[in-house]
Amino acid sequence: MNSSVIVFPGSNCDRDIAGALENLQFRNTMVWHKETVLPKSDLIVIPGGFSYGDYLRSGAIAAKSNILKEVIKVANDGCLVLGICNGFQILTETGLLKGALLKNKNLKFLGKDIYVKAMNTDNKFCNKYKHAQVLKFNIAHNEGNYFTNPDHLKELEDKNLIPFKYCDEKGNINEENNPNGSLNNIAGILNDKKNILGMMPHPERMIDQIISNNDGVNLFASLLN
Amino acid sequence: MKITNTIVEKHGLKPEEYSKIKELLKREPNFLELGIFSAMWNEHCSYKSSRIHLKNLPTKGKQVIQGPGENAGIIDIGDDDAIVFKIESHNHPSYIEPYQGAATGVGGILRDVFTMGARPIALLNSIHFGSPEHPKTKTLLNGVVSGIGGYGNCIGIPTVAGETKFDSTYNENILVNAMAVGCVDKNKIFYSKAKGTNKSVVYVGSKTGRDGIHGASMASAEFDENSEDKKPTVQVGDPFAEKLLMEACLELMKDNSIISIQDMGAAGLTSSSVEMASKGDLGIELQLNKVPCREEGMTPYEMMLSESQERMLIVLEDKKEKDAKKIFEKWDLDFAVIGKTTNTNNLTLKFESETVGEIPIDALASKAPLYDRKWTKTKLPEKKINIKDLKKIKLEDALLKILYSPNQSNKSWVTEQFDQMVMTDTAQRSGADAAIIRIHKKEKAIAVTVDSSANYCKAHPLTGGKQIVCESWRNLIAVGAKPIAITNCLNFGNPENPKVMGQFAECLIGLKEACEFLDFPVVSGNVSFYNGTNKKNIDPTPVVGGVGLIQNTKNKINHLLKKEGNIILQIGKTFGHLYQSVFFKEIYSITEGPPPDVNLPNEKNNGMSVLKLISDKMIASAHDISAGGLILALAEMSMSSEYGLKIEKPQKLSNIMEFYFGEDQGRYLVEIEPKNLQNVIKILNKNNIFSEAIAVVQKDYFEVLDEFKINTKDLYKTNNKWYNNY
Repeated sequence: MNSSVIVFPGSNCDRDIAGALENLQFRNTMVWHKETVLPKSDLIVIPGGFSYGDYLRSGAIAAKSNILKEVIKVANDGCLVLGICNGFQILTETGLLKGALLKNKNLKFLGKDIYVKAMNTDNKFCNKYKHAQVLKFNIAHNEGNYFTNPDHLKELEDKNLIPFKYCDEKGNINEENNPNGSLNNIAGILNDKKNILGMMPHPERMIDQIISNNDGVNLFASLLN
Repeated sequence: MKITNTIVEKHGLKPEEYSKIKELLKREPNFLELGIFSAMWNEHCSYKSSRIHLKNLPTKGKQVIQGPGENAGIIDIGDDDAIVFKIESHNHPSYIEPYQGAATGVGGILRDVFTMGARPIALLNSIHFGSPEHPKTKTLLNGVVSGIGGYGNCIGIPTVAGETKFDSTYNENILVNAMAVGCVDKNKIFYSKAKGTNKSVVYVGSKTGRDGIHGASMASAEFDENSEDKKPTVQVGDPFAEKLLMEACLELMKDNSIISIQDMGAAGLTSSSVEMASKGDLGIELQLNKVPCREEGMTPYEMMLSESQERMLIVLEDKKEKDAKKIFEKWDLDFAVIGKTTNTNNLTLKFESETVGEIPIDALASKAPLYDRKWTKTKLPEKKINIKDLKKIKLEDALLKILYSPNQSNKSWVTEQFDQMVMTDTAQRSGADAAIIRIHKKEKAIAVTVDSSANYCKAHPLTGGKQIVCESWRNLIAVGAKPIAITNCLNFGNPENPKVMGQFAECLIGLKEACEFLDFPVVSGNVSFYNGTNKKNIDPTPVVGGVGLIQNTKNKINHLLKKEGNIILQIGKTFGHLYQSVFFKEIYSITEGPPPDVNLPNEKNNGMSVLKLISDKMIASAHDISAGGLILALAEMSMSSEYGLKIEKPQKLSNIMEFYFGEDQGRYLVEIEPKNLQNVIKILNKNNIFSEAIAVVQKDYFEVLDEFKINTKDLYKTNNKWYNNY
């Protein structure tokens, strides 16, 4: 499987995600933001970090970059696109995913391990997880508080487009275990066609027992299925 | 402009120093030249009060590649891998503007590391604030913590360990020390020494603005009631620009274009150019109208003294300009040839065609003032307290009170504002004795820790100096790492005060003795004097950053209890020393008396034995016993694990408070499976090490027999309350 990781000035999880992909034998290419042509890819990853310093608004400048024009084209044609953390923020800024990521409810940067529950495993990104499986991921963000309008929120729930929700260790979804204030404990969403996933937690940080755990491996392994 | 006495004084120079300048120049300096002397001769840049003492520190060792004197120290960890690290203070700016002060402290220390060709892999910090009740503390705490996070998180280097402390001694002068650690191929290290004449001197990075002018001079003076007015001397950080600069520099370093490289830190363009020329025994000529400026109409004086961040000076090999420029353009950074190396041994400054300043390099560097300041010894305080005369307190109440105290509280409120996991090599995050960072794509890892014990150092600087080195050493051992070397950040008051100078001199003697004995050399460091306001000096606060090596990351160990039925062995003897302890301070507000004694042979013997037991896999968990004593160490082993402990009462000591809260040095707690117990005790006996089984791992409850029993979850809750209530 061919993957491309988009690198913006200020991306800082690009190396981490490339490592996770290469571990699973993806043929990966790093693509600089000034490029105007995408290599042939089955998967495009927009990594975490602070693209362009996140200076205007997280993801806003990256969404207007040369390479994103190409990403939008192939995404609309059905190419798999995964946006993690800043990547999720960029995807909402492009409109490929609806909604927005607001400042965390405690107004502080949050770097910690959290639990998410796999709510939808019937998609390209999550098919190796068991339904309702509880996963321990790591979050690291200032703006991860997912917000959208009531109609879209209803649609997300009705169409089962929320693959991950924040929960406790046992899988209970409640406000106490909602780290950043996201609506309905949303940790990640899919688009209608389920070829685009945006998520705040970092699965690429959970691929090695010595460092953390292996809960992220199946997200990448699912894509190979 | 005529140089008057007032102008000289405003530049932080003493009249006798000004006379020396005239002598060296054989004329009066002009205003620009005076500014340059002031930038180079201040305490922060010249180390004029400390050099004489620093030279006694042990700086060599089998694994030392580069000791003090470069941008950072370097140690060899085998297979051509080397670790580059240094700690630095940013105290004064952080007090005036906490967010930017702390952020640029992180930025500055990162540049010191990647300047040498290393990719930074970890950040640490030691931050000291005034008492929590002081009206400024909360704002400073918030600002500093978010500033450290703001910079490190954005640039994408994990902040993995640190310490956060509160004491009224820092009410008017907080401490913000940042440490950076990087990894480099030992055959591709870059230094600041320039070589060859007529080589291009290149300016890269952000543009120069009017921020931070005289920052280093500000950091070399005490604060007074007008300190707020110094806000414009604080630099503003741009971690995004630094990320670009780091990537561009590391890209350029892949081939052989760079002769010499130096970051523009304190005293900016002045110190970087002088440093390069001085080390290379060369002159340097700068064409100041070519300096990329952020603002219009900047004068040579402003350009030379600006401390704008995220800038580097590079001496390039011939014919490499074009390729180098391409790299910086890719990263949207300024690249400008602003001068050349010369054989004049002068710093020559030109603007358009006019020479605006010319100073012999040695006048700024080797001939800078050097002081052997007067200093007085601190006597070992007497022991005057009879513990039997103190009001009785229950063991449980004392423990809970200490767990709730600001200094002993769980620091997640701080550490959760940092990205600890980016780069995906953090094998142990904060909250343990030391953090562990795996070397990328290798089996091995390094352990890193940062420690200080200001109250010990205040009570008896000589002992305190030894103690922090030992503390650092123990923290590394407790995670299974072999200690290799340290960096230090020496935060003291006004060196012109003989008592303060004495604290400095004696702490350094202590540091030296311990480092020598433990074969734990100092490879880099920083001195910060003039910490104080209106003649009130802070307590002496040397901070030590230690680095150790773990050959295989799999062999790492931490302090969390692992299995029901396992036995806790205390290694090293408990004498029950309560003076300068957390117990005396938090429960009785007693801050007098001597610090615990440091016995270096015991320290070494105990440490090496524990390390051997860990590498032989005889130990399930390990923890160093430090501030708060035995009971706090036991509580820490329980609180974040799934288990509690059944703890026996002491058999020999008459007073249980001495036993549980005493801060005797050189002690560890280790968790051992019952089947290994006899064997471990045999080994320890053979090595002449005192050990004692004191507790058994059990489910859910933390209990001291005949005293109290409490659910470990409640201990954890107590320990987590303070920050959230503050």
